[in-house]
Amino acid sequence: MLERPKRKNPVLRTRLPTLPPAARSRIALGLTAAAAMGRFELQQCRDCGTVQYPPREACQQCLSIKIIWKSQPDGGELLARTVLHHSNDLFFRERLPWRLGLVKLDCGPTVVAHLHDSVEKRVRVRAMLDRAGQAVLAALPDMGNATEVTVAEDRQLREFTCDPKFRKVLITDGKTALGQQLVHSMVKAKADLIWVGHSEPWKKFPGFSELKNIPQVTLLPLDLTDSKNVREVAAEIGAKVDIVVNNAEHHRAFGIGNRAGVETARAEMDINYFGLLRLAQELGPVMRARGADGQSSAVAWVNVLSIYALANFPPHGTFSASKAAAHSLAQCLRAEMRAAGVRVVNVFPGPMDDEWNQLLPPPKVTPPALASAIVKALQDGIEDVYPGDVAQEWLARWRDNPKALERELSA
Amino acid sequence: MRQGYQGVVVAAPVTVPYVRYSIRAAHWWLARALASLLQKSGLSKENVDGLSVSSFTLAPDTAIGLTQHLGLSPRWLDHVPFGGASGVVALRRAARAVQAGDADVVACLAGDTNHVDSFRLTLANFSQFARDAVYPYGAGGPNASFAFLTAYYMAQYGAKREDFGKLCVAQRANALKFDFSLFKKPLTLDEYMAARPIAEPLHLFDCVMPCAGADAFLVLSEEKAKALRIPSARLLGTIERHNAFASDPVQMRAGWALDREELYAQAGAGPADMDFVETYDDYPVISLMQLEDLGFCGRGEGPAFVRKHTFTHDGSFPLNTNGGQLSVGQAGASGGYLGMVEAIRQLTGEAGECKVPDAKLGLVSGFGMINFDRGLGSGAAILGC
Repeated sequence: MLERPKRKNPVLRTRLPTLPPAARSRIALGLTAAAAMGRFELQQCRDCGTVQYPPREACQQCLSIKIIWKSQPDGGELLARTVLHHSNDLFFRERLPWRLGLVKLDCGPTVVAHLHDSVEKRVRVRAMLDRAGQAVLAALPDMGNATEVTVAEDRQLREFTCDPKFRKVLITDGKTALGQQLVHSMVKAKADLIWVGHSEPWKKFPGFSELKNIPQVTLLPLDLTDSKNVREVAAEIGAKVDIVVNNAEHHRAFGIGNRAGVETARAEMDINYFGLLRLAQELGPVMRARGADGQSSAVAWVNVLSIYALANFPPHGTFSASKAAAHSLAQCLRAEMRAAGVRVVNVFPGPMDDEWNQLLPPPKVTPPALASAIVKALQDGIEDVYPGDVAQEWLARWRDNPKALERELSA
Repeated sequence: MRQGYQGVVVAAPVTVPYVRYSIRAAHWWLARALASLLQKSGLSKENVDGLSVSSFTLAPDTAIGLTQHLGLSPRWLDHVPFGGASGVVALRRAARAVQAGDADVVACLAGDTNHVDSFRLTLANFSQFARDAVYPYGAGGPNASFAFLTAYYMAQYGAKREDFGKLCVAQRANALKFDFSLFKKPLTLDEYMAARPIAEPLHLFDCVMPCAGADAFLVLSEEKAKALRIPSARLLGTIERHNAFASDPVQMRAGWALDREELYAQAGAGPADMDFVETYDDYPVISLMQLEDLGFCGRGEGPAFVRKHTFTHDGSFPLNTNGGQLSVGQAGASGGYLGMVEAIRQLTGEAGECKVPDAKLGLVSGFGMINFDRGLGSGAAILGC
């Protein structure tokens, strides 16, 4: 069970972030691509069916180059284990002792894996992103179907997660249903402290008093279109924020021809794109400095984007464009935060069940479902989240053929 | 039946004294090794028309760059970057070159430098598989890989830490009589058992110490050696195999198990005829695997075999008679030469205090390159005087 970390002594030096070895061959990044979405995929030969690991450029059995990354059964048997008391790498040196296992997967290959504390003979292997943002394999105890293993409770595997437990969270917009659900989900996940932004502090929004009554919650005025305000908020709480969830957004319908002028599009950009930029400029550097600040270090930055960021949805054309811009900026933020081991989690929901998507047919993702998907992504250490059926279907279509999706969306 | 190595001999065993750290480059160590070979044999550089080089730290150069670096003009050139298998592999190739007349005298060199941070850098980029699928897992290097094999071997065959300890203690006793060993203090079993853990079940004295150094020998015709009046040993049989038993889920055997009959048939001798054995001993479990695979005992009988013998150079089963890498140090690719050079010393009467009484036949085994989860290369040679 995870212990509450001791109060930080502000006089002592804050440990600087180090990263586990990040170099990978290009072919090995297939594992990372799957792990980013929480999938366990290995290379499989299309011609002879051989499953292989470590990743190779050709099938080790029949030499075919028709190799695909495919979901594999995650069961396996622990052949041998070791506990490292020595490491050649700074990141691990600071975290010794470190458990490792040699696992024979049911699907064929033998793999080296980080080892959960309570593993016995049978294991389930998961591909997770480590602090360098690269995929690694972790062997968890096989509890049958009954219980889900809480990875974040394991001292070692917690390093690969962004678990909110005992951490301090900033949610940028508490006025929306999603913002309020996020607060509840964070409370449930045992976050220590939750700052909740609201952009018009003179107004009491629906749900205001319920939020105010939650002991972990501190409401604070936060308007992402106001550079000065963002700077002040960062100065006040920046050095304490462990997780940012940027859910503030401006969303209006229509594309280009149905509206005159650029005011609406500019308002969308001002929050969805420039709002992210302002916040990242102010909070990013201070979070980077706290990437290894003890058990409850700065750990994650969540952007609530939209599945429309992948391909423009013409009925919501300008909104799509602003989310595409935000997505691109989030990739930049991810690269900059990676040096400190702070993970940027991008969430690509399908249409949410809110007033601005009134005319869209179901299924629509509900705020509680979206909020819990976000918290689960943090707990499991996933960085690209596609919650809900619509997002999953769009993702599948987009991966299959982006051009076809473009035509389908404009039909 | 493969052609034998009639008429081919090995000579001039050379070790450039190892040091823990060196500010010199690999080229310096290889140059020292070559100079020692020439001095020992009385040959001039011009008489060396074949060169074989093994090194981890020679980059960005390879053997060809070294020819210009050292002002050599060989007509036969080989680069053997196979780690612990380098000695046997280099010997096999050089022997065929001499036999075929492609070269008259081949200088086989292995050497590596060791700066303070060399070992970490070598590990991080050791192989594509290591970089993708091993190093990000705790960066323990070979300690972690051999910890798995040791743990599995112990569970499977009932080996105890004391068994590995016995080998380490015996090798230390041998090393104390060897001029070039970096370990000069005796080791007791109690000290072995009490050492700090490195990668459980491996503890400090199970692990080799990286260092800088070089080893070398000559491969030439018997007539040539006689003309030079240098003592030599005959090459009686060899084997080499890579990535054997690839589908074994964990490595408990390597190529020797596949090819040993051929080795002994070629040499016209069996395991019982060997007067001494030099195994590749970066970790003691690997010595046991070699003793089993090469037929000195049966599969899984390693622990019982260890309990039965003394392993000192003057004892019941002389093993790693100069202390092996565990007590001399591991100078990179030189680790793959250490046993070969020692075997030549034993058979040419140059073993000094480590001498095995009346040694006529010896077996040298090589094992190299933990590419991912196991050592890929294996080889062995039987030498006689």
